[in-house]
Amino acid sequence: MAFEEQIDVTSHLHEVRTSAIKNFENKGFPTKKEEAWKYTSLNAILKNEYSVFPKHENAIEFAEVKKYFLHEIDTYKVIFVDGKFSSFLSATTHDGIDVCLMSSALTKPKYKMVIDEYFNKIASKDESLTTLNTAFANEGAYINIPKSKIADKPIEIIYFSTGVENALMVQPRNLVIVGENAHVQIIERHQSLNENPVLTNAVTEIFAQKRAIVDYYKIQNDLQSSNLIDNTYISQKQESRVSVHTFSFGGNITRNNLNFYHFGERIDSTLKGITIIGDKQHVDHYTLVHHASPNCESHQNYKTILADSATGVFNGKIFVEKEAQKTDAFQQNNNILIGDKATINAKPQLEIFADDVKCSHGCTIGQLDESAMFYMQQRGIPKKEAKALLMYAFSNEVIESIKIPELKQRITKIIANKLGVNLGFDL
Amino acid sequence: MLSIKNLHASVEDKQILKGINLEIKAGEVHAIMGPNGAGKSTLSSIIAGNENYEVSEGEIFLDGEDLSELAPEERANKGVFLSFQYPVEIPGVSVTNFIKTAINEKRKANGQDEMPANEMLKLIREKSELLEMDRKFLSRSLNEGFSGGEKKRNEIFQMAMLEPKIAILDETDSGLDIDALRIVANGVNKLKNENNAVLVITHYQRLLDYIIPDFVHVLMDGKIVKSGGAALALELEEKGYDWIKSELN
Repeated sequence: MAFEEQIDVTSHLHEVRTSAIKNFENKGFPTKKEEAWKYTSLNAILKNEYSVFPKHENAIEFAEVKKYFLHEIDTYKVIFVDGKFSSFLSATTHDGIDVCLMSSALTKPKYKMVIDEYFNKIASKDESLTTLNTAFANEGAYINIPKSKIADKPIEIIYFSTGVENALMVQPRNLVIVGENAHVQIIERHQSLNENPVLTNAVTEIFAQKRAIVDYYKIQNDLQSSNLIDNTYISQKQESRVSVHTFSFGGNITRNNLNFYHFGERIDSTLKGITIIGDKQHVDHYTLVHHASPNCESHQNYKTILADSATGVFNGKIFVEKEAQKTDAFQQNNNILIGDKATINAKPQLEIFADDVKCSHGCTIGQLDESAMFYMQQRGIPKKEAKALLMYAFSNEVIESIKIPELKQRITKIIANKLGVNLGFDL
Repeated sequence: MLSIKNLHASVEDKQILKGINLEIKAGEVHAIMGPNGAGKSTLSSIIAGNENYEVSEGEIFLDGEDLSELAPEERANKGVFLSFQYPVEIPGVSVTNFIKTAINEKRKANGQDEMPANEMLKLIREKSELLEMDRKFLSRSLNEGFSGGEKKRNEIFQMAMLEPKIAILDETDSGLDIDALRIVANGVNKLKNENNAVLVITHYQRLLDYIIPDFVHVLMDGKIVKSGGAALALELEEKGYDWIKSELN
């Protein structure tokens, strides 16, 4: 036992990190010259001098940040403040399931086998920001739900930035392993507490084993001084069902790289999102579903409302390999522009090498339906409220598929707030 | 009550109404009939304030007040109700929540507080029973997946809740089977009193078997070319519109 404690468990990571940093040094930060980053420029936000290792440990009171939690229900909590784990705000567990922090999984011998098997196994070894994270990240959430276990309550992962540093860069790394027939619901959030700039470069790896069910919700409602690059990689085995909902309302520049990879038949993948932004906010959804085996389904539904000078990007790639016969891949992207200077760049990309598949995509860009506006005004509802109701109705399809009722209510409230009106009834 | 004077209107430079005059008094039921393309729906949209139409000449008064400069919601809150031929679907907003919003906006516009919840519930129950709507219907998303009959019944339910001064029923009979037609007409008749008025816009005489008009007007090519009593509707049903054309020539 004593010997085991002394093994340098981090040494096997050394190689991983070294090759990651080499890759990043070769490539550097992505620029608009790259096809995948054509519509999103990081230039402006990279001008800040970010501190990577905060000098102080910063404590925050629960009362200050309660509103960012789903406090109506009991949850497991893995909470970080300026990149450091906060045991005070967290509620972790090792009782049947592991909900804890990455740093201990990376350093404690008992997790070595799992880390060897899963860490950095689905994340890209090529994409520069992912490799930057791989090179340096040592903290985040570690979640392991063993075979046939069901996490008895949702897990909240929240990264707070206190703004004590002038500008902070954080690189969270989450690893989620969900065993055969296991089930988990996870909510992830990044939140700054003051207006000092923050750049978050997060990587999340999710492994869903046979028949596992994973529901993952990302709430992006940060201050407009914050920037987020979210890289999520999902590996799915036979008959697993994974859904990721991304709610993007806040932040300055937000980029979501969401990648699904299939390893088995009858897999179901769901990618949904609601984006409602204004001012000069920018949200870029870059999705990939890689169909590699027969009889799998994927469902994508992204709704975007852009006001003022906001810009949105939707790049949805569906790749169907030759072996992936009977694939059913669906992609829907609806956009409403309510600002004269708002722009959306929408680009569906279907690469299909199998001949017996059902793949469809639909993309619409429009303004609010005038006949619907007139209908509501005719019932005495003023233009502003009528607009809000219509925008709510527009995003409703995605809201409806949130499986945690309290979260559904929370998202609805955020949307009502975002639309700047009291919708006049209890939603 | 509603007074339309020499109304001329166009959409995208196409002249549709060419001088409409119409006087509707409290307690009366008027019907406007006419062939397709005569301008019937345009007239109802313009009374309700649809901004897609250009009013080039003439006025519309409600109880002596000129409506010309008022937005659709202002007209609504003063008592103009239009039952739409094609009601709009609003996913995620229930029938109940929508009507609550509408009622409270009207009260706000008239300087009243919001209606207390229990009073609202009582009113909703009472009016939905009048239209023979079941409770489940009220929690469904507004018009989403509704049959033609359900949509029209829901329009009249909203009318019952809002108690307008002037209710315009635009082709309310289209898409209705005979039972739905009876329920809708029955609802309108029960809501009718000496302080309000109804304007029925229809292509066919069928609805007028149930909602008996005091006056029937024939609208052709943007003008009211003939007016009469309820019997005129029957005559039109029997003979069509061509005889009026030849009478005019």
